[in-house]
Amino acid sequence: MNSMNPLDIYQRMADEAKSREEAKTEKTRILVGTATCGVAAGALKVRDEFVKGIEKKGLDAEVIEVGCMGHCYAEPMAVIAKPGFPPMCYGKLDDGLVNRLVEDYLAGDDPCYEYALAALERNDVFPTFEDFPRGVHEEKLILGQCGYIDAGDINSFLARDGYSALAKALEDEPLAVLNEVKAANLRGRGGAGFPAGDKWEACLSSSENEKYVICNADEGDPGAFMDRSILESDPHLVIEGMVLCAYAIGAQKGYLYIRAEYPRAVRHVQQAIDQARQMGLLGNAILGTKFNFDLEVFQGSGAFVCGEATALVNSMEGKMGLPESRPPRLAQKGYRGKPTILNNVKTFAYVPLIIRNGADWFKSIGTPDSPGTAVFSLVGKVVNTGLVEVPMGTTLRQLIYEVGDGLPNAKEFKAVQIGGPSGGCLPESALDVPIDFDSLHDAGAIMGSGGLVVMDQDDCMVAVARYFLEFTQHESCGKCTFCRLGTKHMLDILTDITDGKGTMESLTLLEELAEDVRDGSLCNLGRTAPNPVLTTLKYFRDEYRAHIEEGRCPALVCRDLILYYIKPPKCSKLCNVCVGSCPTEAIFTREDGLKEIDQEKCVKCDNCLKACPPEYNAIVKLSPPVLPKEKEGAVK
Amino acid sequence: MYSLQLLEGEREQILASVQEVISKSSKNREDLIPVLQKVQAKLGYLPALAMEKISEGLNIPAADVYGLATFYNQFRLNPPGKHQVKVCLGTACYMVGGDITLESFERRMKIKEGETSADRLYSLERVACVGCCTLAPVVVVNEEVEGKVTPTRVDGIMLTFEESDKEKVSEPEMQKGEEH
Repeated sequence: MNSMNPLDIYQRMADEAKSREEAKTEKTRILVGTATCGVAAGALKVRDEFVKGIEKKGLDAEVIEVGCMGHCYAEPMAVIAKPGFPPMCYGKLDDGLVNRLVEDYLAGDDPCYEYALAALERNDVFPTFEDFPRGVHEEKLILGQCGYIDAGDINSFLARDGYSALAKALEDEPLAVLNEVKAANLRGRGGAGFPAGDKWEACLSSSENEKYVICNADEGDPGAFMDRSILESDPHLVIEGMVLCAYAIGAQKGYLYIRAEYPRAVRHVQQAIDQARQMGLLGNAILGTKFNFDLEVFQGSGAFVCGEATALVNSMEGKMGLPESRPPRLAQKGYRGKPTILNNVKTFAYVPLIIRNGADWFKSIGTPDSPGTAVFSLVGKVVNTGLVEVPMGTTLRQLIYEVGDGLPNAKEFKAVQIGGPSGGCLPESALDVPIDFDSLHDAGAIMGSGGLVVMDQDDCMVAVARYFLEFTQHESCGKCTFCRLGTKHMLDILTDITDGKGTMESLTLLEELAEDVRDGSLCNLGRTAPNPVLTTLKYFRDEYRAHIEEGRCPALVCRDLILYYIKPPKCSKLCNVCVGSCPTEAIFTREDGLKEIDQEKCVKCDNCLKACPPEYNAIVKLSPPVLPKEKEGAVK
Repeated sequence: MYSLQLLEGEREQILASVQEVISKSSKNREDLIPVLQKVQAKLGYLPALAMEKISEGLNIPAADVYGLATFYNQFRLNPPGKHQVKVCLGTACYMVGGDITLESFERRMKIKEGETSADRLYSLERVACVGCCTLAPVVVVNEEVEGKVTPTRVDGIMLTFEESDKEKVSEPEMQKGEEH
């Protein structure tokens, strides 16, 4: 036993996992995507329906829960892998469709191509995801296994070369790992793009014996969910990355700081840690070597500022999550005052791939200064929403129009919000900006955590700026005066504008305040809080002017500047849907049978507009809020 | 501050829960957040009494315990209602009317976000993002995520609550009738 090196031990483990996995492929498998978004769309019901159908028919098939494949627009999804057929992916499943698939495909031999999204392997009968524009642009590195492997079974990961990078690294000096990461120019995916290798090196050079590795999974950005998806779908990839980091810098203990709002991610990671420990991939004497490293989950309690490294460490120590001035950097003095490496989920996920395939491979993807890929959660007014991974350097236009398939309902593009509350809103003219850390920064936005929200003509940019300010103002920890009071003052000004009480002078003040908050705050929460305001002022000043000078919200969003109106010629008279839908009984039937809205009672809840049957489409929003004069006699 | 009276027997339950959690803790400062999380998991919220007892048990000033409980969004000082609704106001949800959904719930439940109705039937919260942006606007109803919630659906959800309460009320009455 002593003569065995880590590679031998690993090989035996991987071989066993492979034969187990292969045995599974002999029978039909149904992989149901049950990440949080899938579950929200009804994936658990789909799973149960498959299980029921299989039992009823007495079929030899297994239902396996997997994570998220990224095609959120088609949730709930399932892949059916039946021996003799290419694995096929089906989307938008419901009871009826599941029953049809059980009947025709599982029990019969008809793959129901009319309901299939794509095949997963090249074949002569049906296109694969790679054949669609989205697949052409996408290059999945860290999302590669998400949605295809069973996150609850380590063998599923081992069978696909999981932990092989660790085994390879343990054969060599720790310095080799660091050198490879440095050579790959891996930049931190938390948003700022700081070179991970430099951070690690600073930690390695410390003379302290006690060191920590922490994974930042406190994804608090509204509109971002990639970290959650990775942890739910492929937790071992992140764990392997952390173990490699620990080996490189000589740490014995690590933590995954995961938001408590992500219970599924917490559960999957905990399960993965337990299994890795059982297999000797975590804990004492990893893969038979002298290297010891163990992991624990720490549940964050939902403070946005804890995404900030120093604040995160403070919260782990049982204090309020307040950021501190740096230096000393965490790499020198972090958790418990010891050298600490804190990286984002995605950053750690790249590490095993870099060690396995080499720095040159990594650098061959993306741009020279930002190698690798970028992961985005593509949401908002876009047809194919979901989780996407594209090489750095892809333009925003390609991402929105080709990967995302453009905007739905033939609406006009207005802006794309990138990087969450720290990012900015970019207009149409900026769509050809290539996505990488530096180009986006020059355009006024940042990569941030990778939330990408597409907005169309129905979105008010002033309201959006106000929304983000409200968020940062609420999440400001209050340590710096500018952040605490400056954002409050900015929010008040923006609220006035959306209420129709703004002045052009206040716009100047808003700009000045924005610069002061940016310059006068300690951490990045405050420093980037003005970004949404500054970018909207830069690119969408007309909208601010319309609110202030004309009392009009061009996008018909700001509620004090709009009113709901029933167009008499379009109202059917006989239909009462709007009356029933109104929660405040503001809609009444006039003597001539037409419906009318009592503007005093109306709370502008949008119910009537949604309720009015499309064939009448009689309800409109008007801005500025002035009722049109009805022609005498026309109402009769 | 908005707070509700303790129910009968709740005091004992609070004391027992806090005692149980603290007895298993290492009583370090680093344990404070996990202890608060565990107590909240048991009770559903952090009543003032629980925070006092945690302060005593871990030997941390009560002001620090309260400071932490109010700093982090996860902790709630009001008891959860029998029907809990969390309205997501992440960017994607906000853009398609999440705030209108929240307002509809406020109007129907007759409480503001962050509050629990006096009969403890309903509680309403706003959350920053539950990470299901593609289903926006999203509402978490009793831990279940529901996507694409329109104001009309709000009425539907409320109706489901009311119906389920009617059934629950009538069941024990029937049982009583049988016993007599």
